Amino acid sequence: MADAMMTADAGERAGALSRLFQGGEASTTAGPLTLSEMPVPGQINLRGNPSDAAFAEAVAKVLGCRLPVAANTVEKGGDFSLLWLGPDEWLVLTAPGAEAELSAGLVEALAGQHFAITDVTGNRALFRLSGTPAREVLAKGCSLDLHPSRFATGQCAQTLLARSGIILSQVDDAPSYDILPRRSFAEYTWRWLEDAMAEYR
Amino acid sequence: MAEFRNSSGGRIDRARPLTFRFNGKRYQGFSGDTLASALLANGVHLVGRSFKYHRPRGIVTAGAEEPNALVQLETGGYFEPNLRATQVELYDGLTASSQNAWPSVDFDIGAINGFFSKLFVAGFYYKTFMHPRSFWMRVYEPIIRRAAAGARAPSEADPDTYDKMHAHCDVLVAGAGPAGLMAALEAAKAGARVIVADEQAEFGGSLLGETSGIDGIPAAQWVEKMRADLAAFPEVRLLPRTTVTGYYDHNYLIMAERKTDHLGRGMGGVRQRLWKVRAKRVVLATGAHERPLVFADNDRPGIMLAGAARAYVNRYGVKPGNTGVVFTNNDSAYEAAIDLAKTGCRIEAIIDVRPQATGAMAQKARAAGLRIICGAAIAGVEGAKRVKAVEIAPLSSDGETVGGPVKRIECDFVAVSGGWTPAVHLLSQSGGKLRFDEAKACFVPNVSVQAETSAGACNGTLFLEGALEEGAKAGRAAVEAVGLMPAQESALPKVETVEAAPIHALWIVPGKKPVGHGKAKHFVDAQNDVTAADIMLASREGYRSVEHLKRYTTTGMGTDQGKTSNVNALAILSRTLSSPIPSVGTTTFRPPYTPVTYGTLAGRDVGELSDVARVTPMHGWHVARGAVFEDVGQWKRPWYYPKDGESLREAVNRECLAVRNGVGILDASTLGKIDIQGPDAAEFLNRVYTNAWSKLGIGRCRYGIMCKEDGMVFDDGVTTRLGENHFLMTTTTGNAAAVLDRLEDYLQTEWPDLKVYLTSVTEHWATASIAGPKARELVGELAPDLDLSNDAFPFMSMKEATVAGLAARIYRISFTGELSYEINVPAYQGMALWEAIFAAGETHGLTPYGTETMHVLRAEKGFIIVGQETDGTVTPFDLGMDWIVSTKKPDFVGKRSFSRPDTARTDRKQLVGLLTEDPEEVLPEGAQITADADGTPPMPMLGHVTSSYWSATLGRSIAMALIADGGNRQDTTVHAPLGVKTLACKVVKPVFFDSEGARLNG
Repeated sequence: MADAMMTADAGERAGALSRLFQGGEASTTAGPLTLSEMPVPGQINLRGNPSDAAFAEAVAKVLGCRLPVAANTVEKGGDFSLLWLGPDEWLVLTAPGAEAELSAGLVEALAGQHFAITDVTGNRALFRLSGTPAREVLAKGCSLDLHPSRFATGQCAQTLLARSGIILSQVDDAPSYDILPRRSFAEYTWRWLEDAMAEYR
Repeated sequence: MAEFRNSSGGRIDRARPLTFRFNGKRYQGFSGDTLASALLANGVHLVGRSFKYHRPRGIVTAGAEEPNALVQLETGGYFEPNLRATQVELYDGLTASSQNAWPSVDFDIGAINGFFSKLFVAGFYYKTFMHPRSFWMRVYEPIIRRAAAGARAPSEADPDTYDKMHAHCDVLVAGAGPAGLMAALEAAKAGARVIVADEQAEFGGSLLGETSGIDGIPAAQWVEKMRADLAAFPEVRLLPRTTVTGYYDHNYLIMAERKTDHLGRGMGGVRQRLWKVRAKRVVLATGAHERPLVFADNDRPGIMLAGAARAYVNRYGVKPGNTGVVFTNNDSAYEAAIDLAKTGCRIEAIIDVRPQATGAMAQKARAAGLRIICGAAIAGVEGAKRVKAVEIAPLSSDGETVGGPVKRIECDFVAVSGGWTPAVHLLSQSGGKLRFDEAKACFVPNVSVQAETSAGACNGTLFLEGALEEGAKAGRAAVEAVGLMPAQESALPKVETVEAAPIHALWIVPGKKPVGHGKAKHFVDAQNDVTAADIMLASREGYRSVEHLKRYTTTGMGTDQGKTSNVNALAILSRTLSSPIPSVGTTTFRPPYTPVTYGTLAGRDVGELSDVARVTPMHGWHVARGAVFEDVGQWKRPWYYPKDGESLREAVNRECLAVRNGVGILDASTLGKIDIQGPDAAEFLNRVYTNAWSKLGIGRCRYGIMCKEDGMVFDDGVTTRLGENHFLMTTTTGNAAAVLDRLEDYLQTEWPDLKVYLTSVTEHWATASIAGPKARELVGELAPDLDLSNDAFPFMSMKEATVAGLAARIYRISFTGELSYEINVPAYQGMALWEAIFAAGETHGLTPYGTETMHVLRAEKGFIIVGQETDGTVTPFDLGMDWIVSTKKPDFVGKRSFSRPDTARTDRKQLVGLLTEDPEEVLPEGAQITADADGTPPMPMLGHVTSSYWSATLGRSIAMALIADGGNRQDTTVHAPLGVKTLACKVVKPVFFDSEGARLNG
């Protein structure tokens, strides 16, 4: 018994809101809007020189998709997305738990090159905000122009939502947005979003 | 129906009566009324008392420019001062009262100030209340403040909700009058993203009070058609009740929207919203404000602007009185006279200062049966709380005096026009420049600095046809400028245009006595009680600059910011200085255009959303355990865990002893962590830390200090070599982001040749720091497969192992001086790890400890905390840490500065330990240290206490201090003068416990 208590389930991943939604699903709605915390995705931070053909090709080979080089764009692979964060930095979002294998594959393919693969799965929470007024909700705290002509599905940005830095990425035309605050900012960001959604109830 | 309400006409809904209270009395108005129109309908002109003289004051305008009719609404948390009755939309149950009146607006004690008005001349603040000097703060200022009143601040929290919204558009149109509507429609037709904001409840601006038609339909119908057309465009956002209040650089504008004010307070939802707009182009269509004529006793209730009188009768169906006189220097008041006469007011005469009235407008007035008296002026006013009669006298041809027979006309209202002042506030805020247009007698836009265009009345185009044309043109130009194709040009709406006769500027209307003599006052700025005589006096006293004049006389200050008074004031200044108006210039317009509530500016940044509270994955556990939290940056860190009502000191004593004698655990997740990879990683560390890193073995840890270029300590922490080209750096909690920024900056700008990548992993890891002589026992149980012997897992090394079933990194580092293991797992497993440790720790007496205990334990060991022992002026040498500064490395950040003469001084403030002579006394942190026990201030200070605690381990107090030449003061006695007592302290080495470090290995 004592042993069982001392051993945690290594497969279990606590969401960043487990304090606010003990045991329950972190999800809320307001009229046409839905806000949910998604299962903690695998997160890999990738650094390297995209103009180095060897680097770009090795990454493309492992991920099966092109390395996005246009600023603030997202490329989709099988069950992961590759988000442009900077001229030499990307964030790979994978299915929960798939990050270790993918990291290993990348490290192997890039052997001998100058790169950095870092498991950052614990770094950020992932929220998804969906529904027609989602754009307006975000506009309450984000100074970017989210009009479809300026920021569409397949685009991402590192920006501020109220007082929290986030990665923002539009995932469909509902519109739905992925919002990734740093994990310690997750409770604040959730509360802020819930508050901003209130008028659409 | 109220006495002065017409039975038909206007845009009010007579089927929806509303009841409200003003100064305790019940009245009735209608939906569509403002508080001002509803009061006038009930014959209430006297709405307030003036600022200095407490003179009775009435409603002067029908809009944002109102100087007098300031009211406070509601009570308790909903109390709101300084509202303009002319802008308050009436709602059922509204409660309002006058400001500046005590005990009542009818009988105001402050009115006695009027009898002492000689005391309140220009600059009275600086003159009357100068002596004795000590009286200013204690006597004069409080009395002046109470007498001047203004408004009281609300004393309760506002229960309503306010928020903010960002918006972006191709074209922002400020003002939805004729020009704005035309501009918006042209922009919309071209497919532009358009925002149209107007401060009023309804779009239309001046057209809402207009009786003539546009395109063959009544103006109001035309407005409604335009609004509907605009609303049909998906990319057009229409915002009524929204004031563009600020115009900042790069076409960034602030708007304040009143979403539910017109419904009452406490309506739920968002009451007011602050819009932050980034517009590619701006069309300013903000209209114009009418200004009064400056004549003797022109402030009496019942005297209002002609345009306002016209708006009240046309838009609200309210007569300003039964019998009126119109007084003007331009044609616009004729329209007011005609409309007032048409709707049941008796207009005794139009008094026109111009020598003749032969223009088309005058003919129209005559045709309507109105009497015009030319070349004459109002020389005096009878009535205090309400105008009773005016005295009319012929003007001399130079306009400087009145003479000849005085005619007395009884009336209960006067409609005045001194011309129109374009509302150039936003243009001026944007940096645009103005010029004075002599013919129109007003300032008009001249030079644009930002991407904006003025159209219509705010551009000095004061006739409807011109405003429509300019608006359309501005809209087309705006879309072209943003790269869109304007729609095919359509014919302009048709309007009837009466050619206007030129205005005749008459800045001071002479009275029966010279200005400033006798009892009559010629008011320029009614809100601040500034008269023409004040301005003339100020300029005689040498206040020749319009900016100085404003501050000396207070003209143009207050809630209205001189919207009706500024031009008159500077024209009078120009006249007194005999200097033309353009060379006198205007004061600068600053945001906001009209007052904005604090609630709107705060938005949702209140309560728990006022700042981020960063929490660790184990936060819920700390809360459940009753931890008291300390703010470290934005983090909430457990400070201590009181048990059974323990005080801070009791809890910390217990926690400290538990760590020293058993085992304790600290949530150390907040430390900054930076993953460093690349072939030049070790070289990079050599450059940013003061010590050497090349030879650090894989799996080994080293403490490092980072200096800034000036040689002062910037941050510290332990860095571990994870692989040949791979390190993990830790930083202090508060500096994590700053360190990453600095390091990234070095890589990108100073050393782009270094092949190094940095990645923040602060949040990826949750860290449980287990410390104490029993730590090995506990960790051994949690990680049974790991050899924890000192040989296999020595101090300052790292192992990867399975802990409680979780893959973890364990660092054997210590900030307490005890045997210590810092267990790291990914954040999503932090709570699981923590709970597993406690499940195992129970039998070991595992005690959670907070940051206070951590501080005490490290101080016992003499370990510094960056930001506590350092303050940006402290070098590693000052801390006695010479050992950490490499003498062999060719360079590192800060090295050069160590040889600066001041940095190299040997008598700098240096870190020492202090032991109070009385071991029970705990020095306050920050206490100053002196060499002498009993000096009288000022006396030389040696330095200050940086850390000070009660040490339960040692059974006495301990402290650290930075004191001058501390190294040479060992074993001497210094003093801490604390005011009530002076504590003697012995200077010792800053290590109080286990100086040989024997406990590190358990």
